Amino acid sequence: MHIKWDDIVITGDPLILSAQIGITLTMLAIVVGVTYFKKWQYLWDEWITTVDHKKIGIMYIIVAVLMFFRGGVDGLMMKYQTAAPEMDFLDAQHYNEVFTTHGVIMILFMAMPALIGLMNVVIPLQIGARDVAFPQLNALSFWLTFSGAMLFNISFVIGGSPDAGWTSYFPLAGKEFTPGVGNNFYAIALQIAGIGTLMTGINFIVTILKMRTKGMTLMKMPMFTWTSLITNIIIVFAFPILTVALALMTFDRLFGTHFFTISGGGNAMLWNNLFWLWGHPEVYIVILPAFGMFSEIIATFSRKRLFGYNSMIISIVGIAILSMVVWVHHFYTMGSGPVVNSVFSITTMLIAIPTGVKIFNWLFTMRKGRIQFTTAMLWSLAFIPTFTIGGVTGVMLAMAAADYQYHNTLFLVAHFHYVLIPGVVYAVFAGFYYWWPKMFGYALNERLGKWHFWLFNIGFNVTFMPMFFLGLKGAVRRSYTFSAESGFAPLFMLSAIGSLILAAGFAVLVYNIYYSTRYADRKISTDPWDARTLEWHTASPVQPYNFAITPEVKALDAFWYMKKNNEGLVLKEEELEEIHMPSNSWLPIYMCVVFGVVGFFLVFEWFIPAAICSLGIFVGLIIRSFDYDEGYHIKLDVIKKTERAWRGEK
Amino acid sequence: MKKGVLVSLLAIVPLFILSGCESMVVFDPQGPVARSITDLINWSIVLMAFVCLVVFVLFGYIVWKYRATKENADYEPDEHGSTKLEIVWTVIPFLIIIALTIPTVKTIYALEDIPEDYKDHEPIVINVTSADWKWIFSYPEEGIETVNYVNIPAGVPVEFKLTSAGTMQSFWIPALAGQKYTMYGAETDLYVVADKPGNYEGQNTSFNGKGYAEMKFDVEAKTLEDYDEWVDEVKEDAPKLTEEKYKEIIKPTHLGRMTFSNTHLEWIDHGKGGDSNYYLNPELYRVHGYPGRTFDKNQESDGGEKDAH
Repeated sequence: MHIKWDDIVITGDPLILSAQIGITLTMLAIVVGVTYFKKWQYLWDEWITTVDHKKIGIMYIIVAVLMFFRGGVDGLMMKYQTAAPEMDFLDAQHYNEVFTTHGVIMILFMAMPALIGLMNVVIPLQIGARDVAFPQLNALSFWLTFSGAMLFNISFVIGGSPDAGWTSYFPLAGKEFTPGVGNNFYAIALQIAGIGTLMTGINFIVTILKMRTKGMTLMKMPMFTWTSLITNIIIVFAFPILTVALALMTFDRLFGTHFFTISGGGNAMLWNNLFWLWGHPEVYIVILPAFGMFSEIIATFSRKRLFGYNSMIISIVGIAILSMVVWVHHFYTMGSGPVVNSVFSITTMLIAIPTGVKIFNWLFTMRKGRIQFTTAMLWSLAFIPTFTIGGVTGVMLAMAAADYQYHNTLFLVAHFHYVLIPGVVYAVFAGFYYWWPKMFGYALNERLGKWHFWLFNIGFNVTFMPMFFLGLKGAVRRSYTFSAESGFAPLFMLSAIGSLILAAGFAVLVYNIYYSTRYADRKISTDPWDARTLEWHTASPVQPYNFAITPEVKALDAFWYMKKNNEGLVLKEEELEEIHMPSNSWLPIYMCVVFGVVGFFLVFEWFIPAAICSLGIFVGLIIRSFDYDEGYHIKLDVIKKTERAWRGEK
Repeated sequence: MKKGVLVSLLAIVPLFILSGCESMVVFDPQGPVARSITDLINWSIVLMAFVCLVVFVLFGYIVWKYRATKENADYEPDEHGSTKLEIVWTVIPFLIIIALTIPTVKTIYALEDIPEDYKDHEPIVINVTSADWKWIFSYPEEGIETVNYVNIPAGVPVEFKLTSAGTMQSFWIPALAGQKYTMYGAETDLYVVADKPGNYEGQNTSFNGKGYAEMKFDVEAKTLEDYDEWVDEVKEDAPKLTEEKYKEIIKPTHLGRMTFSNTHLEWIDHGKGGDSNYYLNPELYRVHGYPGRTFDKNQESDGGEKDAH
């Protein structure tokens, strides 16, 4: 086989060269560090092979934070490039790659892992379960997501990045117009990560439906559990569409089929439809869990139960159904005709109603409450007005006739950042501050948290508010530069300044994680926020088996009810039994590596090595099929010792 | 409350900056088509501003009034919900949406046709072909063709028939009308009327590769007399477009303005599909990185002429 190495490794660009050096040095540092501190065994036993939902959740969160950094750097590069007219920091090709990877990474490798991570940590605890329904499958989900994320990320140093936008519209994304392997990375890496996500969906639906503790009926489930259930149902409905679309894309690009090409009878617009049939539900896949987190946090810090619990559930079910029937609003300008555009305008606008119900329910949860301004609550508070701006501009975009003037402009870009950043990123941050004590046994520093909050919130508004006006002035998205005569310069500059403030906010978060890990008080209560749901009814960090005796639920906000009625808080040691636990497994990480290698060969279109390595996938499946490991039991004295330690015999 | 004030302050900052800038093209329409969209947008802004106002005021009031203080330290709130209130904030948004839907649907239908006051004019047809990265305008009735600029008579409806020679683009003259995609093998229609003579900018808004940012064109609306004069001039003076020349034009390049006294519709109309091998050449789209394979054109079953480039 003839291989041209200088085509494979991207050379000649100082930015990429410095990234290559940086990546090499970081990897070396990690290997040397782990070896020096003799942590390989610890990493392998406690993290890499773990099937514990809490640890898997934490690993998801680590991936999300790293990817947020990568996607954020992409964003900053774009902001710097457009800070002034006709800058030449990035050329057009490089800029195109940067906004493509920014979009893909932020949605699929930042937002999704962050939310699925928090779901992993919290959901089994909230429903009083000892783990998810299929712990090893859960680990596999994570490792496939990780595999996809890594494969996608190496693209900019090896082989070339995807450059057709995160939507990867055909015919541009086909071999006819992007012959390099960049967009192969898109097709293959997303496919691998998508399989992981689909399995998460199945796993969590089963977990929530079958593993709830005694007494927790559906209508006594915490709101985050509800939104996660609906989210995972949407995942199971929507992700297979992505799987199919990506498979067709792969056939087109690798084997020369003509599903989306312009030659050979392909239909490029089929891709738009399939992509958004997944893509729009995807928006709600990331936003609904966030809604759930805000509901928990606002209720906790208003010291009041959620206002309109039933209407909240009806709303999310309504949103989930509507999310499936609005996809055409992403391409009203395709000229599908007035009937189609009118119908989809109406379905899209209808989403505003359940969303509005939720906004008012949150406001009225706080009314007559006693609002505490913790950092977690600040994020939830700032979410309401900023998300409202995102929501109303969404209604404006939903009106097809008006959309003809907004489409593909920065108005649209501002809108979806106003939805996704308050909706998802604020929720994830709120979730970090709120559940950090549960995950690690110490809280993030509140003072630094407030710096993080104010810098990020101000930076966000300064960055994205000007984009609404730029769009109305005619500035289009994905354009790597603009002319001095356009008159866009002052607003672009303001936006660039905002992005620096935003970045400073993120830096404070990173510093906060470092600072709190070193200096935070370890002797905090297991229920530091005086919270309402079951995850606070156990140790922090949570012991491997979650609950020595699974709690019995008598009311919504089960833990609050227990505290108020002083029921079930004291452990009756005589009722303890040995706890059955699943064993660790090396198969998920094995599958991660095999999928990664097969994916890599497929990206480079080296089919024989890909075919040989893909046998490894079947080997993994066979080994799993003959896996008779029944897990292990935690002995009574171990449980007693663990329980006495965290309860402190209070 | 601090936050409520801050958020609204932040919203005002760009407004200040804007007052120093020139006006926003979407709010400064130069023809009846764009104007009908602007009217719709203005109506939606009024209603949405009302929604924002209600939420922001309620938010500020609630956050301030019910904040935790030392005085209310032992306050134990208890409230579950209120069906009456929940019906209120379901019904009111519903009414708002009805108020938006009716003009939206009306405008959607109106935009599919020649604007109301111009129905008695016969529209001038201009075929638009977008290629990487230029705009080609063919006047089938006049038998002339221009590249990267289009002249139209003011006060006369123009029917643009849009298609693409390759990647998908979006045809947008914000001062005159909303945008529409140009797609290979398909033809979309866009009606445009300019109120008065003037120069307007048009551009592609749908990302289509390296040359996307520069894919712009000029629109000049002339008086009917000037327009006719210009057409006659072009017919007399401009060179003929040959098929060979046309193949050069649709390669992925940037070009300046060009004018021809015939149209490429004589030999190909991309809106009807035609032969893609005629112009497809992936090799011209190579960038850095590992090249990847492309597929043998002879295997493609398009029929028609094969072009080796």
